[in-house]
Amino acid sequence: MACSAAAKILHNPLLISSSRSAEKSDSCCKILGPSSFLGSTSLSKKLVSVNKGVSRASRRSANVVAVSSDVVKEKKLKSNSAAPSLLITKEEGLVLYEDMILGRVFEDMCAQMYYRGKMFGFVHLYNGQEAVSTGFIKLLKKEDCVVSTYRDHVHALSKGVPAREVMSELFGKTTGCCRGQGGSMHMFSKEHNVLGGFAFIGEGIPVATGAAFTSKYKREVLKEDCDEVTLAFFGDGTCNNGQFFECLNMAALWKLPIVFVVENNLWAIGMSHLRATSDPQIWKKGPAFGMPGVHVDGMDVLKVREVANEAIARARRGEGPTLVECETYRFRGHSLADPDELRDPAEKAHYATRDPITALKKYILENNLASEAELKAIEKKIDEVVEDAVEFADESPVPARSQLLENVFADPRGFGIGPDGKYRCEDPKFTEGTAQV
Amino acid sequence: MAAMLQSVRVASASFHLPDQCSKLPAFSVCSLPVIRSERSSSLDPIHGTRSTRKVITKAVAAQAENPAAAASKPGHELLLFEALREGLEEEMDRDPRVCVMGEDVGHYGGSYKVTKGLAEKYGDLRVLDTPIAENSFTGMAVGAAMTGLRPIVEGMNMGFLLLAFNQISDNCGMLHYTSGGQFTIPTVIRGPGGVGRQLGAEHSQRLESYFQSIPGIQMVACSTPYNAKGLMKAAIRSENPVVLFEHVLLYNLKERIPDEEYVLSLEEAEMVRPGEHVTILTYSRMRYHVMQAAKTLVNKGYDPEVIDIRSLKPFDLYTIGNSVKKTHRVLIVEECMRTGGIGASLTAAINENFHDYLDAPIVCLSSQDVPTPYAGTLEEWTVVQPAQIVAAVEQLCR
Repeated sequence: MACSAAAKILHNPLLISSSRSAEKSDSCCKILGPSSFLGSTSLSKKLVSVNKGVSRASRRSANVVAVSSDVVKEKKLKSNSAAPSLLITKEEGLVLYEDMILGRVFEDMCAQMYYRGKMFGFVHLYNGQEAVSTGFIKLLKKEDCVVSTYRDHVHALSKGVPAREVMSELFGKTTGCCRGQGGSMHMFSKEHNVLGGFAFIGEGIPVATGAAFTSKYKREVLKEDCDEVTLAFFGDGTCNNGQFFECLNMAALWKLPIVFVVENNLWAIGMSHLRATSDPQIWKKGPAFGMPGVHVDGMDVLKVREVANEAIARARRGEGPTLVECETYRFRGHSLADPDELRDPAEKAHYATRDPITALKKYILENNLASEAELKAIEKKIDEVVEDAVEFADESPVPARSQLLENVFADPRGFGIGPDGKYRCEDPKFTEGTAQV
Repeated sequence: MAAMLQSVRVASASFHLPDQCSKLPAFSVCSLPVIRSERSSSLDPIHGTRSTRKVITKAVAAQAENPAAAASKPGHELLLFEALREGLEEEMDRDPRVCVMGEDVGHYGGSYKVTKGLAEKYGDLRVLDTPIAENSFTGMAVGAAMTGLRPIVEGMNMGFLLLAFNQISDNCGMLHYTSGGQFTIPTVIRGPGGVGRQLGAEHSQRLESYFQSIPGIQMVACSTPYNAKGLMKAAIRSENPVVLFEHVLLYNLKERIPDEEYVLSLEEAEMVRPGEHVTILTYSRMRYHVMQAAKTLVNKGYDPEVIDIRSLKPFDLYTIGNSVKKTHRVLIVEECMRTGGIGASLTAAINENFHDYLDAPIVCLSSQDVPTPYAGTLEEWTVVQPAQIVAAVEQLCR
């Protein structure tokens, strides 16, 4: 079932001639029914489908192909049957491991702190999905941008925002990355190019598209040497939203350097993806817009990393966007307020066996990339980092009243001119946060 | 009145304001002084090139200085949409990060020709023709602004921006705050709005009332070629997100504007006609209905002070306040709907701040709370007409 052309398909999706893909299409096609999405083993036999629908006249998307990384892996294993090459080096392995452990421990600490009354409101935890964040973001440069949703703590951490700043933000302290003004769902960092943190789903995708537009603009209008890419993370529920489709269109149209990463964890809040979506295979929606759509096992950080590598490289080369659907799962409820009663315990148990951290640990140990002791040391280090973050956040001051009116406008003259002829922001009460504006 | 309405028609020949000048010595649109009182300059507001002058508080007959005469060059005549384009072009020349996005702004030149010729000059990326996806391309502008560009979003009609409300409210308005000040969103969102000539309900909307509550944005409305250019430039240079309201029926107004570069203040109101008896606050197209009514009022012996508030959010309470303190009577004339409109907010603000100076309750003339009807007669009764303004002033000054 694995096509010899499959490896090429992944790396140069737009260069396959239509005749070759036509020849392969019948043997490569395998339509999966919806039931196979619920973590069944039949998913290991991935599907490959070819889009020949576009006429020859359309240069752009004539041969866009959707591929799963499993096909690539199978192919690789077959061709290198003697000694399978390792996918990562020791250093990389440890970096990935540390990042995922940080994500997990941090989120667990958030749950603890929430129930202890240190943070409030809506807190959405990322447990179980670490492979996606680590797999993608650890490939980025500092100048690349990340846009996320309300489930953004771990994206911020992976991108490099210090745990202290994220924890402080969650505690609502003035030392938080957004001065306590954003909260759990609005993590921003100019230094690390985390462009949010958005509460409404789909809201961040146009922002990500804009960041990618800037990258292209810098290259083509300002003639700067710029190959920055943007990653937009969002969930399965978002893929039924208009902004998603509108941005797929624009990104493909202008070949923007962006990767659309779908974290398909099968559930919105209590709405199963299958009950909400006419065609649940989200990766298919990429080729419809003229970009490759890829499905990957989002519980396996190495597979995610491989797909991410290619998608990001594609964007950097100026070949345009990619839609990557990561099949993943959240171990906790939608948020800390969600009792999580709707999901089938069998489903949860199944995905628990596919815990990405356990899987990576197993890979590292089996391939002798590191010893158990080294991994333990990392876990200990992360425990200390997170404890320190909590301590720091606890001891940080809450915002003073004077902070209330700051940052509403970049230029505070926007508050206007008062009856006395002076700009409102010049009023001394303004800095006390008690001015009437 | 029919002649007045005729002359502001979009498709017709330009509206020659100098004709009005000769009838009203104190009212002269072609000689708009930049009203700038001496403010404390610890901040450094964007100043026009002319020198600062005190607010004109004195009587009627003072002929406002003709800035074109005061300047060394004669100035040049153009239509309002050309003035907008001129401002836009100057800013695009000045800063390569300024770009335009919208439907048909590029090859088509803009539905009202504001961006005509710009795509040829600056290329398809700087003057970007977008697909019909307002929410997404407005969000794209926000993302671009956060990462260093200065985009101008054109709504083909302001009404279409209702589709972009999510992005305008949540992202444009709020992101500077929720990011703790880390990201600025220097976008300009502009387009034609207001009640036109039988365009139907959906193309005749006045969104200033819908947007006014959004924290974090500024709103300005232009009404003459002079202030259109100045406000466009100021909006582009501002670090805040600014919504610039243009009016469908005002694009063909003609005026002589200075040759030298000038930028107006986003937060200041404009004194159109100083007076003694009553303060009339207005903006955008209603300014012309007010000035038409002012002619009649002057003939009847009244002396109205007309202020174009220009800044819809925030209000220039200094200019407005000084006027209220002088005349003690306020009439607001706007095209917004009655409920929750700019006039409603302005009434509240004036009552709150200047209650002691009022001799009579504030009168607010707004459009009817109806979806703008197609039929010409009904449409006429939807918006405020000069006769109603005259009647209101007579009532107020009794």
